[in-house]
Amino acid sequence: MTRTSLAAVRPTRREFLQAAGSVTTMALTIGFEWLGPSRRAAAAGASPAVFAPNAFLRIGADGSVTVIAKHVEMGQGAYTGIATVLAEELDADWAHVRVESAPANVKLYANSAFGMQGTGGSSAMANSWSQLREAGAKGRAMLLTAAAKDWKVPVTELTTEKGVVFHAGSKRKAGYGSLTAKAAALPVPDKVTLKDPKDFKLIGRHVPRVDVPAKVDGTAVFTLDVALPGMLVALLKRPPLFGATVKSFDPTAASAVPGVVKVVQVPHGVAVVARSFWAAKQGRDALVVDWDDTHAEKRSSSEMMNEYRHLAEQPALSARKVGDAVPAIKNAAHTVSASYEFPYLAHAPMEPLDAVVKLTATSCEIWAGDQFQTVDQANAAKTAGLDPQHVSINTLYAGGSFGRRANVGSDYIVEAVSIAKAYGADGTPIKLQWTREDDIHGGLYRPMYFHKLEAGLNEKKELIAWRHVIVGQSIMAGGPFEVMVKNGIDPTSVEGAATIAYEIPNIDVELSTTRSAVPVLWWRVVGSSHTTFAVEAFIDEVAHAAGKDPFAFRRDLLGHEPRMKAVLELAADKAGWSAPLPKGKGRGIAVGEAFNTYVAQVAEVTVDDAGRVTVDRVVCAVDCGIPINPDVIAAQMEGGIGFGLGAVLYGAITLKNGRVEQDNFNNYRVLRINEMPKVEVHIVPSAEAPTGVGEPGVAPIGPAVANAIFAATGTRVHLLPFPKSSKA
Amino acid sequence: MSTSFVLNGASTTLDADPAMPLLWAIREVSGLHGTKFGCGMALCGACTLHVDGEAVRSCVMPLSSVAGKQVTTIEGLQSKAAKAVQAAWIQLQVPQCGYCQSGQVMSATALLEKNTAPTDADIDGAMSGNICRCATYSRIRAAIHAAAQSIKA
Repeated sequence: MTRTSLAAVRPTRREFLQAAGSVTTMALTIGFEWLGPSRRAAAAGASPAVFAPNAFLRIGADGSVTVIAKHVEMGQGAYTGIATVLAEELDADWAHVRVESAPANVKLYANSAFGMQGTGGSSAMANSWSQLREAGAKGRAMLLTAAAKDWKVPVTELTTEKGVVFHAGSKRKAGYGSLTAKAAALPVPDKVTLKDPKDFKLIGRHVPRVDVPAKVDGTAVFTLDVALPGMLVALLKRPPLFGATVKSFDPTAASAVPGVVKVVQVPHGVAVVARSFWAAKQGRDALVVDWDDTHAEKRSSSEMMNEYRHLAEQPALSARKVGDAVPAIKNAAHTVSASYEFPYLAHAPMEPLDAVVKLTATSCEIWAGDQFQTVDQANAAKTAGLDPQHVSINTLYAGGSFGRRANVGSDYIVEAVSIAKAYGADGTPIKLQWTREDDIHGGLYRPMYFHKLEAGLNEKKELIAWRHVIVGQSIMAGGPFEVMVKNGIDPTSVEGAATIAYEIPNIDVELSTTRSAVPVLWWRVVGSSHTTFAVEAFIDEVAHAAGKDPFAFRRDLLGHEPRMKAVLELAADKAGWSAPLPKGKGRGIAVGEAFNTYVAQVAEVTVDDAGRVTVDRVVCAVDCGIPINPDVIAAQMEGGIGFGLGAVLYGAITLKNGRVEQDNFNNYRVLRINEMPKVEVHIVPSAEAPTGVGEPGVAPIGPAVANAIFAATGTRVHLLPFPKSSKA
Repeated sequence: MSTSFVLNGASTTLDADPAMPLLWAIREVSGLHGTKFGCGMALCGACTLHVDGEAVRSCVMPLSSVAGKQVTTIEGLQSKAAKAVQAAWIQLQVPQCGYCQSGQVMSATALLEKNTAPTDADIDGAMSGNICRCATYSRIRAAIHAAAQSIKA
């Protein structure tokens, strides 16, 4: 299929802007002031010699280069990539580059992919490519002009390298720091010429991450580490069932715990505010709350899945239609069918959710690993009864997120603001701390889904028809992003399925959207976290039915998709696809596209006589356009593979009569070091504009392993997570 | 009630609930923030520190249990093994989000202080209690081998 048809089921940027607009209208209309060079310098309390030609760059008189990042650093390497792109055009000395997080300011720092400030959709590098190269190039042009004026030489005779301007003719040189005062007095040029990629010195090279040293010696500051004078710690007791509310509570026992300061009711539950985490925890354990579960979800997830199976046989809405798949399958010479079941998944970032709020009658200051600044600012303002301009956000390092910290209700931020408000809004800083149990029980899961697939082959065993029915909850429905749901189709429910890349003359993709009080959310790689599994596991079954090699079968259906075909071929080649394996071992392949990045993976597994699976090796090929930082790209593929593998081996949130059955890492298992395969990453050279790598590596690993298990054992995987017998 | 022990080489007396987990005493009373909270049940290893040279999970260890003992956190790492681990972590660019990495470094250091040539199985044994949701595991393994090499050199 073509990019045009991909676009047909993808929300356009315009729709993103509409969606964003409905939550950010207030934020957009409050009139943020542009902090020009002098204002910015003054605001930062720096010397007037600080040179700040735009909102993304500040150069100090000491030559230090500060890049202001509008994306949160949650592990994906955004700070390093952002700084690299800007420093490249600035010709900065990497050793003197530091990164600072941007304040919440949608006018200056909107994500160009969705029109508001936030991080997601693996968008940081695509966002930065033109914006930050230009920001760096303009800064460099002004420094050059300042030197040319000073030395009375033509600007064309000047060169730059590692933060120094050179004039070869007169053998003069000047560090950027010595030129800041003069550069700051110059007008910002309207246009600037960007480097020819052949001249790149940082992009495409091994540039060390800016955040690594502080993350190795314990000095990196996360929200957990914020300690303000007089700060209190709050733990919130939330309802045991989704959709339940507080009927009544008795604070007596909680208040009697030494260190507990106050017990307050908020819309989400009852909070215990104390002088320490330990006191708050003991207070919450002692707190007695009576819940009203009239409107709560009381079903078990097994009942919900039964309903999904039934719905898969009922008429559904069309998400993609090419030709007419139903009669084509009915009349086909050979047919194949299978269904796949996917559980709810928790994100479980290593840092349990936390936020610090300092609320007064006129202002609200927030500290968080904030992923959705414009939305969080608007929601915090609404909760506090303030204008968004009076809500400031300090974005800190996030201890992982995988999507969890970006949600339209700003759950953890709103809880913290609500508690600070109920406490008295007297300026006392309050840190809301979630425990791991709060996180696992806390909802906003990757939705549970049921997928039913059917295929038809002709007499020559060529694939002629494909029908794919998806049943599950919508991530976008019922909130400000509802506008993205078109004709009943939430694009995040069907991406990767409706966008199937294989050339098939009859395609029918249908969606049946279910409802539940269980809140759901995007989870690393969003729709492709389940659709790529279904498509890639099923195409493998179809290849087998056609009597074809699974790699060759895919390749032959991708003639019109050169980038996807290229990663598939590269992965197969590097993996030694056709080399024989001993008995008990198997090799599986899968390919996918997410956020315009193409990834193929070949997994090699060993299955012992007891059915235990060990994933020995994964070979990964990725095409993300121009590789900005090959080592970060490799790291994101390695990590994405480990994250995705943990999910397919173990990940499941299940409900029993509405109550979540998992609590902590003992029964919500994730991958550990002894289960991590050897991973080899190969990056396709490219001249295309860069695309993201934080998420796309997650999608193919599940089906690659499932297909390898089939190759080793002849048994297909249809239930996620893999059945216990197939676990290591 | 107070508990006395040696924290990063200095005699320390903390006036806190003796049942308070060591993690929170270190963080909220001593003000050392490198040691992290991840699970509260000794399941993830984010809170790993050393007590008398052993890697332990401080989130389940009562403050009273370290009376008279030597406690070392990431802020107090001094040994040759520790420096080799931290250098290798930088060289191989191990961290992503970084939240678990203090615990990873503490577990790896404790391993190398006892075993200067760990095998992959030794690494699995010493490190499988430390979860990394970013799954930086391949690099953790490679960095431990690299650190072992540099200690030998």
